[in-house]
Amino acid sequence: MNPFFRFINSSVGKKVLMSLTGIFLAIFLIEHLAGNLLLLKNDNGEAFNGFAKFMGGNPVVRILEVGLLSLVLLHIFNGTRLWLGNRSARDKGYGAYRLDENTTLQSRMMKISAALVFVFLTVHMKKFWVPARFQGEHDIASLVYYTFQQPFYVIFYLAAFFILGYHLRHGFQSAFQTMGFRTKRYQSLIEFVAVLFWLVLPLGFAVIPLYIYFFGGSPVAVVQ
Amino acid sequence: MKLTLKVWRQNNKNDEGRFVDYAAKDVSPDMSFLEMLDVVNIDLVKKGETPIVFDHDCREGICGSCGMMINGRAHGPGRGIATCQLHMRSFNDGDEITIEPWRAKAFPVLKDLMVDRTSFERIMRAGGYTSAKTGGIPDGNTILIPKPVADEAFDAAACIGCGACVAACPNSSAMLFVGAKVSQLALLPQGQAERETRVTRMVAQMDEEKFGSCSNTYACEAECPKGISVTHIARLNREFVSAQF
Repeated sequence: MNPFFRFINSSVGKKVLMSLTGIFLAIFLIEHLAGNLLLLKNDNGEAFNGFAKFMGGNPVVRILEVGLLSLVLLHIFNGTRLWLGNRSARDKGYGAYRLDENTTLQSRMMKISAALVFVFLTVHMKKFWVPARFQGEHDIASLVYYTFQQPFYVIFYLAAFFILGYHLRHGFQSAFQTMGFRTKRYQSLIEFVAVLFWLVLPLGFAVIPLYIYFFGGSPVAVVQ
Repeated sequence: MKLTLKVWRQNNKNDEGRFVDYAAKDVSPDMSFLEMLDVVNIDLVKKGETPIVFDHDCREGICGSCGMMINGRAHGPGRGIATCQLHMRSFNDGDEITIEPWRAKAFPVLKDLMVDRTSFERIMRAGGYTSAKTGGIPDGNTILIPKPVADEAFDAAACIGCGACVAACPNSSAMLFVGAKVSQLALLPQGQAERETRVTRMVAQMDEEKFGSCSNTYACEAECPKGISVTHIARLNREFVSAQF
């Protein structure tokens, strides 16, 4: 077998693939949040729409977008493969099993949080990405302002950010363990950076729907 | 103490298996868990029933033979102990205790609480050694090893191969065991020559045995009777990746 495929199909290789795709996706969130924060600017969504236009029109960004979507699919596919393999590694379960006494809740919830993030992602892309890319919607900012006037979406998004944060709480440090960087020397540094990803980033995302709901967005939204 | 034991009974590899309840009377809090089972077995033999089969040997926590899931915990409640070091004072009078064998596809149940752990043996045969003849004992200080490195290698070498890591892991992963074995030799000068082939072959064998993949829940470290750290898993990952490229 080709050495690369032998590596990627080994138990360690599958985990390394999971870590690398996960870290790239987490890094993408920084760019996503930076763009989103433009929505807080009280300019009828001009800055945000300009940003969205640049992202949609730039060929390099479009290629990166395909790469990003592939990473999402790879992360999901590989995670499912790992889950099925791990499930079959114990053909008969325990009558009594107190995993809760030895592990954190977030580590045990990874599959559930992953499934919930996937549900959120589907709704989120249907709501904003599909209109922007395929239905010629240029005023995404107004769409955002309109969406977050509705309490249902505000709560839905806040719950999603909480779950995403929970997924990253285990996932981020776990990725570094898998890649072999989580040594005694770097452990505290990894845990510090992890806080930025599982706490600060989701909080940053949560500010946007809350701000729009309570303080109103652009007047354009009201017209719509 | 009076206890109710819910023990997994299985005649052989192919038997379905089932839980059977036993009443354990006159249990002294100073007995070890295995001594308590011995007493129950004496009663069973007297009644003409088959005694409960379980692995055991040194009964002082260094051989790695004993091991069972007790109330959902590998080697029972408490940290840093094998089943033989668990004492009945850890339980209360009237308790019901569930006792099961290690559960993993790679550890098939042979009988009752005894599992076949030769999959560990095959992983060791795949690379857990140095193949060069090392000759006699070298003079002191001919091979220089810094003390912290020697200590870390020794911590890894403390693994007794009991299988609690696999039993405790939700994925039945053997990464802590393999991590400890790879780490021990990767840290020492004697292990350098075969460093890359060793980790590659041991991981390949581990996968062949159908152990699961590590999802870093760290349940293994918590249940390891020797307190082996998951930093050895990180080292295994590092060693494996660098051996491939």
